[in-house]
Amino acid sequence: MRYMMLIYSQENEEATAEEMGVVAATHKAVMDEARDRGVFRAADPLEASSTATTVRIQDGRMLITDGPFAETNEQLAGYYILDCQDLDEALAWAAKIPTACAGAPGCIEVRPLREFRRREPVNA
Amino acid sequence: MHDLHATVEAVFRAESGRIIAGLIRVSRSFDLAEEAMQDAFAAAIVSWDAGGVPDNPAAWITAAARRKLIDYARREQTRRNHEDQLLYEFLCRSSAIDEEMSRPFADDRLSLIFTCCHPAINMEAQVALTLRTLGGLTTSEIARAFLLPEPTLAQRLVRAQRKIQQARIPYQVPDAGSLPERLSAVQSVLYLIFNEGYSASSGDSLVRRELCAEAIRLARTLAELMPENPESMALLALMLLHDSRRDTRSSADGQLVTLEEQDRSLWHQDQIAEGIRLVERALGRRNAGPYQLQAAIAAVHAEARTAGETDWKQIAALYNLLKASQPSAIVSLNHAVAIAMSESLERGLALIDDLGSSGELDSYHLYHAARADLLRRMGRTREALESYSRGLALTSNAVELRYLRRRISELGNQGDPLNVSKQ
Repeated sequence: MRYMMLIYSQENEEATAEEMGVVAATHKAVMDEARDRGVFRAADPLEASSTATTVRIQDGRMLITDGPFAETNEQLAGYYILDCQDLDEALAWAAKIPTACAGAPGCIEVRPLREFRRREPVNA
Repeated sequence: MHDLHATVEAVFRAESGRIIAGLIRVSRSFDLAEEAMQDAFAAAIVSWDAGGVPDNPAAWITAAARRKLIDYARREQTRRNHEDQLLYEFLCRSSAIDEEMSRPFADDRLSLIFTCCHPAINMEAQVALTLRTLGGLTTSEIARAFLLPEPTLAQRLVRAQRKIQQARIPYQVPDAGSLPERLSAVQSVLYLIFNEGYSASSGDSLVRRELCAEAIRLARTLAELMPENPESMALLALMLLHDSRRDTRSSADGQLVTLEEQDRSLWHQDQIAEGIRLVERALGRRNAGPYQLQAAIAAVHAEARTAGETDWKQIAALYNLLKASQPSAIVSLNHAVAIAMSESLERGLALIDDLGSSGELDSYHLYHAARADLLRRMGRTREALESYSRGLALTSNAVELRYLRRRISELGNQGDPLNVSKQ
C-alpha cells in the first residue's frame, strides 16, 4: 500500500537560516532512510501558497482565481504532477482533470513545485 | 535644467512601457528590468545635461538600460550562491543580452499586457501592475489614485511580480483558443482604470484625471497593437467620448451636472471627432460586442448639438442590442430611459416598473433615481419626491447625494406639500 504524507506548515513565521537548515537536514535524513528501506517514492517541497492558482469548471467555462483552494466542504482526493512549460499549460491541463469523484464538481489547485537550486559555479 | 527634466519626463511617459517590456523579455525579471530602466533614466539626466539631449532619446535610454543589465549580470556572476533560479538562468544568457535586446520585437508591450492582466493574478493586482509597468506610474501615484496606503499597494505589486516568476506566468500573447477571453480580461482592466478615474466619487481630481489619461494611453496602445480587433478600437473610442465631457460633468461647487444640463460647447471636439471615427470603423464589422455598442451610444450623445436633438430612438435600439449581449440592471434601466425619451414617458415608466416588480432592484439607488426622473418629467411631483428620497437613503456617494438632494430641493420649491428639501 502506498501512502501520501501531506505536510501542513505555517507560512507567516520568520525562520532563521539555521532553523531552515535543520528542517532541510531532517528531510534529507528521512528521505535517505526511506530510500534505504526501499519505501521511498517521491517528495517535493511546494512554492508558497501565494503562488497558487485555483481552477474550477462552471457551465463548461474555466474559472481561474488567484490563490489557494479555500473551501471546507471539499477534501483532498488525489494529485497529478505534470511537467509543464508555464502556468498556462498547467492551467489547461488542470481544466481537463475531473473533480466530481462523488458527484458534485470540485476544483484543482495548481501550485508550482519548488525547483532545487543549482549550486555549481557559473561559467560565462 | 527645468527643460531637461521636462524632456526626460516626456520620454518616460511616452517610451517607458515599450522600454521596460523589452527589458523584461530579456531579463525575465520585473525587478531587474525596473532597476535597469530607473538607472538608465538617472544616467540620462546627468549625461544629457552635460552633452545635450540625443536625437533619439528612447534609443539612448534603451542602450543604457541594456548596459545596466549586463553590469548586473557581471555583478551577480561574482556571487557564489545563486539564490534565485531565474536569475541564474538569466546569468547564463547574459552574453546574449545585447543581441537579444537589439532584435525588434514589435509585440513586447502586447506580451506584457497579457502577463499583467493574467487571470491567475487577482484583479486589484492586475490593475496596479498594469499601471506600474506599462503606464509608468509610481507606486505612490497608484496608491493615491486608489486611496490606499502606499505599503499596501507596494506589497500587492511585490506579491504579483513574485507570483509571475515563481508560478511561471508566461510572457506572451495567448494562443488563438484562449485569446478572446484573455483579451476581454485586458479590456476590463483598462476600462476599470478609466472608470476609477472617471467616477466622480472621491479623491484628488487631478490624480483622477491622470488615471483617465493613462487608461486612454493604454487603450490606444492596445488598439494599435491589435488593429484587427474592433472591441479594442471601440474601447478607446468609448473612453475618448466619455473623457471629452470631463470639463462639464461637475459644477464649480462640485455638483453633478447631468448629460442633459452640460454645456456642450465645452466638450472636447478633437476627442469626439476621433471617437466617432473609431466607432464607425469598429462598427464596420458584424456582431458588435459590448464596447462597440456602448461606444456607439456615447457617439450618438456626442453628435447631438443640444440635448433636445439627441437621437433617442437610435440609443434605445443600441441599448436593446446591449441588453441581449450583456444583460445587467443598469443596461435595462438605461434602455427604459431611452424608450421614455424616444416613445413616451409612460412606456418608459412601465418598463422600469416591470424591472422593479421582482423586488431585486429595491436596494439599488439608481433604480429609484431613474424612476424619480421620469416621474418628475411627467409632473408627478409627489411620487418623484418619494422615489428620489428612497434613492437618497440608499447611496453614500457624496456627489450622488448632492445631486439627489438638489432634485428634491428643486421639486420641493415648486410648492409641494411634502417639502422634503428642508430636511
